[in-house]
Amino acid sequence: MKRYIVKRLGMIVILLLGLTFIVFSSLYFAPGDPAEIAAGVSATAEEVEQMRVYLGLDQPFFVQYGNYLAGLLHGDLGTSLITRQPILDELLVRLPNTLNLAVASMILACLVGIPLGIVAAIKKDTWIDNLLTTVSLFGISIPNFWLGSILIIVFCVQLKIFPTGGMSEPFWTAKGFMQVFLPSLSLGLQVAASFMRIGRSSMLDVLQSDYIRTARSKGLKERIVILIHALKNAMIPILTQMGTSFGGLLGGAMVTEQVFAINGIGSYLINAINQRNYYAVQSTVLVIAFMFVIVNLIVDLLYCVIDPRIRYD
Amino acid sequence: MEKVLDIQNLCATFSIQKKDYEVLHDISFSVNRNETVCVVGESGCGKSVTTLCVMQLLPGNGKIKSGSIYLNGTDLTKLSKKEVRKFRGKKMGMIFQEPMTALNPLLTIGYQLRENIMNHRGVNKSEANKLALEYLEKVGIANPDKRLKQYPFQLSGGLRQRILIAMVLSAQPDLLIADEPTTALDVTIQKQVLSLLNDLKKEMNAAILFITHDLGVVAEIADRVVVLYAGRKVEEGTTKQIFKNPLHPYTIGLMKAVPNVDLDEFVIQPIPGTFPNITEKIEGCRFNPRCPHANTCKKCFEEAPQMLEVEPGHYVACHLSK
Ligand SMILES: Nc1ncnc2c1ncn2[C@@H]1O[C@H](COP(=O)(O)OP(=O)(O)OP(=O)(O)O)[C@@H](O)[C@H]1O
Ligand code: SF4
Ligand SMILES: [Mg+2]
Repeated sequence: MKRYIVKRLGMIVILLLGLTFIVFSSLYFAPGDPAEIAAGVSATAEEVEQMRVYLGLDQPFFVQYGNYLAGLLHGDLGTSLITRQPILDELLVRLPNTLNLAVASMILACLVGIPLGIVAAIKKDTWIDNLLTTVSLFGISIPNFWLGSILIIVFCVQLKIFPTGGMSEPFWTAKGFMQVFLPSLSLGLQVAASFMRIGRSSMLDVLQSDYIRTARSKGLKERIVILIHALKNAMIPILTQMGTSFGGLLGGAMVTEQVFAINGIGSYLINAINQRNYYAVQSTVLVIAFMFVIVNLIVDLLYCVIDPRIRYD
Repeated sequence: MEKVLDIQNLCATFSIQKKDYEVLHDISFSVNRNETVCVVGESGCGKSVTTLCVMQLLPGNGKIKSGSIYLNGTDLTKLSKKEVRKFRGKKMGMIFQEPMTALNPLLTIGYQLRENIMNHRGVNKSEANKLALEYLEKVGIANPDKRLKQYPFQLSGGLRQRILIAMVLSAQPDLLIADEPTTALDVTIQKQVLSLLNDLKKEMNAAILFITHDLGVVAEIADRVVVLYAGRKVEEGTTKQIFKNPLHPYTIGLMKAVPNVDLDEFVIQPIPGTFPNITEKIEGCRFNPRCPHANTCKKCFEEAPQMLEVEPGHYVACHLSK
């Protein structure tokens, strides 16, 4: 298992390095001039030139990339061209909100999607299965921003059950729960639907396997066959789906944060793009990618926990 | 003699693309206490399906259409799913054909054994552990302590098969069903497993339903033999009757297909022709396309032969046996 983890960590380092290169060069070669933005609209050509030297933009590509990497290693994500604040500080203020939203959405997706997937598999070809499969098809195709707007109109504006937006507390507090409920519903529903579909198909696969037949031949109660013998095996593909879905959640969070007026890194990124705040875009993309990589590392470790074939390899 | 298992007129079907095809037709035989009955026949003749009918574990598209399966006098086909569950493990245990996939890959050997023992012997975890060790030793596994902590993927096919046997035996079932338990093993281990089953039968006074397509194995272990062909019973008798005096042309063909090691004659003479698919329709005797005697007898193509008792305990279904 140690070798497995070391290998994963090594791969992550390489992955992150490649990522910084892609992020850096895509902005380097993007049209537009950060020096112009930083100097402001009223700056003269000379002032822009001074700014360019100040920002180190007159240096060759690889020198700039090297400086950028060296900065990253010291935890320096650069300075916002607009606010002149360290981008890291600006992100750290917003990150908890985004994580709060993403984790709450993930939990909701698991709690709804996985059990329904299992039920659909057990009740295969009955009306329950057909109903759940149809509903999940809707769930997958409903756009996140549309669902969010509808939820706000119905539950916040008309029924006044939930606050219309904002986020200040984590989801496990009462106030935080009310704040995050609708956003995570609108963000997590698609993921829940995808979990349901994966859960159903992997459960069906497992239920046909020889070891389930063995478990039944031992006279075990069906509940034990499902929960102990089948579920663990069926969780492996679901875990993989969790890892990839997390990326989708982070992408979707940009939209959801806008709709529900949440001050997270998704809405920060959108603002940064609109203001052509080059360095902020660069660093936010990197942070989002980093979170995605970390989540997938956690998924890999969970494989180890579930599957002895990986643990002992 | 006490009949532990008594199968009467069993018919089973598989639905393939919404059409039902008969896979077992009118199968009847029984297994007594302290007796090993072998069911033999070519691949695809319905041996495994017969055992799955008994365990009530047919795959989703399979169905028992008619007939009865009595276990200790109770007709299993009349029971609900829940009631059948009470018979599995405790009254009838099954060793499956494929040892590589029959154990749960994510649970330890120990867990899978203890679970069965605690369930059927009414003991706590530490006693179950003791019994698990005892049964692993019984099936000839060295270092049972270590094995209990291991996972199936860490063990060879032979070990897994013996663990499955130990698992099934540990619940002390009245009927032991073994579906080709030795096919996946190499010859020396095969011999060990067979003598193990022989010993255990005597020791536990159990009834064994043993599936194989290997007549060498039959000679070694069986008290009585049931020969299946294309989902029908074609001959039944004591092992002696079947080997000394095989009557059905199919059984005779099977005997020829066995390489006779004693005579240094390693050439296998396969039965000519191919085995019919369950979707194929054949009028008269199902064996007629391959039977060397079929052209001498018009009836072979017109009606299915009835089962006749040609000597006490020896049954055959062939128009030529009169
Ligand atoms: N789920 C299924 N659906 C349709 N047909 C099936 C199914 N399972 C088995 N069959 C068919 O039923 C017939 C009997 O199969 P069975 O597994 O009992 O053969 P067998 O005698 O055990 O053969 P082997 O020696 O290869 O194990 C075969 O023709 C097989 O193709
Ligand atoms: S009934 Fe006819 S075809 Fe069938 S086995 Fe006997 S002789 Fe052959
Ligand atoms: Mg078989």
